[in-house]
Amino acid sequence: MTATTPTTDLAVQATGVGKVFPTKAGDVAALTEVELEVKAGEFVSLIGPSGCGKSTLLRLIADLDQASSGELTIFGKPARRARIDQDYGIAFQQAGLLPWRTVAANIGLPLELHKVGKAERDARVAELAELVGLTDFVDRYPDQLSGGMQQRVAIARSLAARPKLLLMDEPFGALDEMTREYLQGELTRIAAETGAAVVFVTHSIPEAVFLSDRVVVMSPRPGRITDVIETGLGEVRDEALRESPAYFEKVTAVREALHGTKVERANER
Amino acid sequence: MTSGRAQGGAARRWVPVAWGAAGIVAVALLWELYKFVGPSEGVVIGQVEGEAGSGVLILPRTHDRAMPHIWTMIGRLFEPTSGGSTPPLFVSVAQAALLSLGIAAVGWLIGVAVGMLLGLVMQRWKLLEWGLLPWIVVSQIVPLIAFAPVVNAIGNQIDRGGTPWPQWLSVAVIASYLAFFPVAVGVLRGLEAPDRIHLDLMRSYAAGYWPTLLRLRLPASVPHLLPALRLAAANAVLGAVVAEVSIGMRGGIGRMLIQLAGQASSDPAAPWGPMFGSIVLGLIAAGSVALIGLGLKNYRRGEATA
Amino acid sequence: MSAALPSWLRVVSPIAVGLLIVVAWTLYVQFGDAPRALPSPIAIGQEFVLRWGIIWDDMLVTGTNAAIGLTVGAVLAVILAGLAAAWRPVDGMLAPLVAALAVIPIVAITPILNTMFGASSQFGRAAVATIAAFIPVFVNVLRGLRQTRPVHRDVMRASAATSAQTFRMLTLPTAVPYLMTGLRVAGSLAVIAALVAEYFGGPSDGIGTSIATYAKSGRAALAWAYVGGGILIGLVFFLVTALLERLVTRHAPA
Repeated sequence: MTATTPTTDLAVQATGVGKVFPTKAGDVAALTEVELEVKAGEFVSLIGPSGCGKSTLLRLIADLDQASSGELTIFGKPARRARIDQDYGIAFQQAGLLPWRTVAANIGLPLELHKVGKAERDARVAELAELVGLTDFVDRYPDQLSGGMQQRVAIARSLAARPKLLLMDEPFGALDEMTREYLQGELTRIAAETGAAVVFVTHSIPEAVFLSDRVVVMSPRPGRITDVIETGLGEVRDEALRESPAYFEKVTAVREALHGTKVERANER
Repeated sequence: MTSGRAQGGAARRWVPVAWGAAGIVAVALLWELYKFVGPSEGVVIGQVEGEAGSGVLILPRTHDRAMPHIWTMIGRLFEPTSGGSTPPLFVSVAQAALLSLGIAAVGWLIGVAVGMLLGLVMQRWKLLEWGLLPWIVVSQIVPLIAFAPVVNAIGNQIDRGGTPWPQWLSVAVIASYLAFFPVAVGVLRGLEAPDRIHLDLMRSYAAGYWPTLLRLRLPASVPHLLPALRLAAANAVLGAVVAEVSIGMRGGIGRMLIQLAGQASSDPAAPWGPMFGSIVLGLIAAGSVALIGLGLKNYRRGEATA
Repeated sequence: MSAALPSWLRVVSPIAVGLLIVVAWTLYVQFGDAPRALPSPIAIGQEFVLRWGIIWDDMLVTGTNAAIGLTVGAVLAVILAGLAAAWRPVDGMLAPLVAALAVIPIVAITPILNTMFGASSQFGRAAVATIAAFIPVFVNVLRGLRQTRPVHRDVMRASAATSAQTFRMLTLPTAVPYLMTGLRVAGSLAVIAALVAEYFGGPSDGIGTSIATYAKSGRAALAWAYVGGGILIGLVFFLVTALLERLVTRHAPA
């Protein structure tokens, strides 16, 4: 679906983006003055406490909500155009699989919506099932799968239209630690194989550091970006990295950025 | 994401009322419109040529005897019930509706008591649930009019035996037969509604059956109980109206409806009086139960609107 | 306490309760002073077998009225619920009317329908069954059409689905289990309504009319045999609709 070559090498460009939600008690500023650039193929995490607007920002990029102010372009197009052209794939914390469809039919949903022929669709679904390691489960229904497997189906679905941008809203948030670490490894592999840029929302510091090229630190009331940290951990993201000093150093850096001060009594936790 | 700014609470409360009124006006307009444009003898499909009475009438006849004007129906309410110096129709309708409402209320109380008891014992002992629930479900497809003569006969027998058993009590018992079912099922479901973790919590406090029932199961059952009580009220009204007709008890709205419908060819607007009466009766019964719900507001947080 | 119960009790206990009822009933009629209106189950069974022919004929009349009511009522309910879900004004006008319809004794309109359509017409009865079946289907379908989960709506929007596609692939499948629940409730109601409506006049056939006639003329056993016929109709409607529901809701969201 993304035959159009990017007119710019910026996957996401946000300038002065703000979002205001009207509530009974008055308007609430969920996001203010967000400046963010995500390069093609880059992996960027958004991290921060609840209410910092990280999910809101992701939903603006996905055109699920509209920005109240500022300008937001995806591969140089307005967000709405990018959504209609299927320039991005998205996965949420809940897998959001349709319970009456098989795994294969769920993965193929976006293709079916855009009238991709059956033969081509089947081939692509088989390829994606292989990619996320679910080839033996394509005929199952979502209720027959574990949470981790459901999430892998959701990731496969987000990749269906070969997007150059992946948007992920805490996709591993509801999973246990082992499954989570395994899927993190899988995701870095998939992102490298497809060459897609990723915007990844999380509230886990180790997760953000392990996955990302850059970690964007956000803060609430009003939601805004307070810091951006380059991890500089290179291409290879394997289990050895999780125990390297460079990794711990970046985890500490992100933690300090989140707390706004140096964390002095780190050994108490 | 509704359009427009937030309105004041009082103004917003009138919006559904206004829509409802618009709906009623629409129905009334449709009635008069059809009466105006529809053929006098109605619309018949599948009629065989030259054979009178064949075919199926799918749209009603529109002459004044079949479909009186709405203003005729309303006007009729203020004319004497059956000519001469009898009270206006609306007075008779109100009296009959009140009698039926009273009987339905007694039936509702009996039904709620029986239903709650059944729900409680079925929740307490699984074996009783397995044994009784299928029969409770089946009981609702037994045509209740079948019981009317039996209940009436048993009632007369008791009455002759010395204990007074007025006829209206038989009607109430039949009404309770329809009313108990939603309560029994609703209480059972409600008592089993608490989450596993809440039950585990009570267990960890070493709370026995009764404390668990009082502090957890009963409060948790309220969202299931209220719709059940409402349904029971509607059923009790239906049961009372049908049982009156079937036993032949005088004075109630059901009986009045049958009587006036019998004279419809000479007085077509008359049966509409008791029909409006039965509508008001049903609304009052359901509305009274809704008042109970207001008192239990705190137990209904997170309740799905039913 | 419930953990210890073996599963065969699940089948045996209702049968035991049923037998208990029948035995107690028989003994009451045999040895107690039961009213004449309550004959023994044996006498009822004999009449049922003996008069099966005429009972079946009347079962067809009542069953047809109920089936017409269920079908027409369900179709009307689905159409109107669709309109109500799409347009707020329709919802605003219908919601109070349906809420009122649900609590009033609908059979009360039978005499009036008989006047409008003629006393020889089954229309009044079928129409009452239609209204009775309409209410639960309408309420459930309307609720079902509003049950799509936010995450599913986000998925459809993020996939740039058209509103027609979203309706066909998300809204409709989400509502189907609700439709089935509505149909199951409506099935039993349609039978009861069709049967009770016969008590309010109309042609002299049908299960309800027969029960009334024979109960009045003192042939209690035959009247009860007709009650058995009514139960059979109710059971058929209940089983068919319950089976449909079971089939459709296999992969419904929990």
